[in-house]
Amino acid sequence: MATTTAPARTAGADRATSRRASAPRPPHRPGGRWGTPVAYIIALVICGITVAPVIYVILGGFRTTAQINRDPGGFPDPWVFDKYGAVFQDPNFWTQFANSTIVAVATTAGVVLLGVMAAFVIARYEFVGRTFLFSLFTAGLLFPLTVAVLPLFTMLRSFGLLGNLLAVIGPQIAFALPTTIIILVPFLRAIPAELEDAALIDGAGRFTFFWRVLLPLSWPGLITVGVLAFVASWNAYLLPLLLLGNPATATLPVGVQYFSTAYSQDTAGVLAFTSIAMLPALLFFTLAQRRIVGGLTGAVKG
Amino acid sequence: MSLSTINAGPAVSAAGPAPTPPRSSAPARRRRQRSGGALLIWAFALPALLVYTTFVLVPVALAAVYSFFNWNGLGALDRFIGVDNYARALQDPIFLGAMGNNFAIVGLSLVIQGPLAIGIALLLNRNLRGRALIRTLIFVPYVLSEVVAGLAFRLMLPPGGPVDSALTAIGWSGEKPLWLADPSVAFWTLFAVITWKYLGFAIILMLAGLQGVPEELSEAASIDGATWWQTQRYITLPLLGPTIRIWAFLSVIGSLQLFDMVWILTGGGPLNATETMATYMVEYGNGRSQVGYGSAVAVILFVVSLVIALVYQRIVLRRDLRGAITRG
Repeated sequence: MATTTAPARTAGADRATSRRASAPRPPHRPGGRWGTPVAYIIALVICGITVAPVIYVILGGFRTTAQINRDPGGFPDPWVFDKYGAVFQDPNFWTQFANSTIVAVATTAGVVLLGVMAAFVIARYEFVGRTFLFSLFTAGLLFPLTVAVLPLFTMLRSFGLLGNLLAVIGPQIAFALPTTIIILVPFLRAIPAELEDAALIDGAGRFTFFWRVLLPLSWPGLITVGVLAFVASWNAYLLPLLLLGNPATATLPVGVQYFSTAYSQDTAGVLAFTSIAMLPALLFFTLAQRRIVGGLTGAVKG
Repeated sequence: MSLSTINAGPAVSAAGPAPTPPRSSAPARRRRQRSGGALLIWAFALPALLVYTTFVLVPVALAAVYSFFNWNGLGALDRFIGVDNYARALQDPIFLGAMGNNFAIVGLSLVIQGPLAIGIALLLNRNLRGRALIRTLIFVPYVLSEVVAGLAFRLMLPPGGPVDSALTAIGWSGEKPLWLADPSVAFWTLFAVITWKYLGFAIILMLAGLQGVPEELSEAASIDGATWWQTQRYITLPLLGPTIRIWAFLSVIGSLQLFDMVWILTGGGPLNATETMATYMVEYGNGRSQVGYGSAVAVILFVVSLVIALVYQRIVLRRDLRGAITRG
């Protein structure tokens, strides 16, 4: 249950922080007097380094290629909105955007549904082959996509699925299952058995318990694995690259790479395209960030 | 490391808010007596198992089969050549160089990224104003796709590009190296970009682990006269052991399977200086349609990962994963 409480705990700590900052510090607090300014400076430097490329890409989209060539590290002067406008008018962009969205949503839905069903029985019931099943899924961490990708290519080609979004969705669900199940099993196991006993006494079957009691209680865990699966799918490159064929109408990462080679002279255009492609995952993740850290806390210690 | 390996496990399970309370084994036992409904159980597990088998287990098995054939991916699979593909890979200096690059990245990640992440996490693990914002910003590179990150750096690193002018601005006036074009520099550029991309994840992981270290312990230590450094060294770090070991595991596996970033940033070049096993495999298996040979490379990559993972799990992770793997 630690997973559920972790985000709340973080929020509480943050609130306590702002209150405590003004209060006099007890002398023995770890990190003492000199530690804090140093910590702020280091935090500032690190955040600067992590964010600089992102800012460069976003700002670069507001410049012209001539501006960029003249002064590679400068600010937009004047601000130009044509490049972003051009991306939004590019039909390939919208195809790629739609493909990325369909693939990511379908992958996320599939992973969460299949993952929670399997994790549910693995976590809570004793049956022949349970340990084997769990080991089989955890072993999946060791099967890198790179090992499977050539056979997947020939396999899906023989099904006639190359170029079809299903060719990406299926393998992505499968390769996300190990992490999902590993995160969810401790989570589902922590839900008290008394609840199940109560439900069974009230005449509910296992399915009803799963659907009406367990799923609503495991939202935080489901959101964690869902966000991880969504972001991984949104960012995926190798599978769409090999399985979707035409890069002009694949998913966004493939499209970005294709655009950058096809229009390599148009640096500003490439930057604009790149920054629009990265924004959805960035926004989505920022909104759900607390949950992820909370979920990871549980998973790591599980 | 040895100290934390010995001490961390029991201490943490006693002290930290364990997500699997001891209570949970009792209900599991109760459930055991009331099993039955095996059909329903398998109905729950089967869809996941089916998808997993189709798209993970079968392709991996197929890769093993293909690796014994001279096959271009089309036509009949009939030119069985035994272990020739493996022999060819293990004698190709480019592949051996790629494997060496993978191992170098594994080692450098452990030696440089690990301590860096732990140090930064320790410094940030205090009541800083705007802590939530700092965390979000640190996590940004991890959320970006490798393609976006790689492309951004490719555009920032050309001679006279923004990185060079930023370096000039902070006082490096001389000639800058050719970050991506010089074979003796490109590998280090690649490693720097990888560090930029994945350090945030390590820091967040460490910070999450530090949340489980009770503040009372370090308070007690400092009352007893321990300095800040002593507290971190003898109390916090050992208690962080499980997190560090999980991170190291993920880092090693990730370093061995590195593909996207390299493919975008350098494509394995210049002169194969940044080739990894995965880029080599895609180059041959997909680019040159040598599916049999590419599969052999994939199997080697897999076996290397597997051996390292098993050894690591046996020796280092056993105690940490007890809940997750052996207890099922």
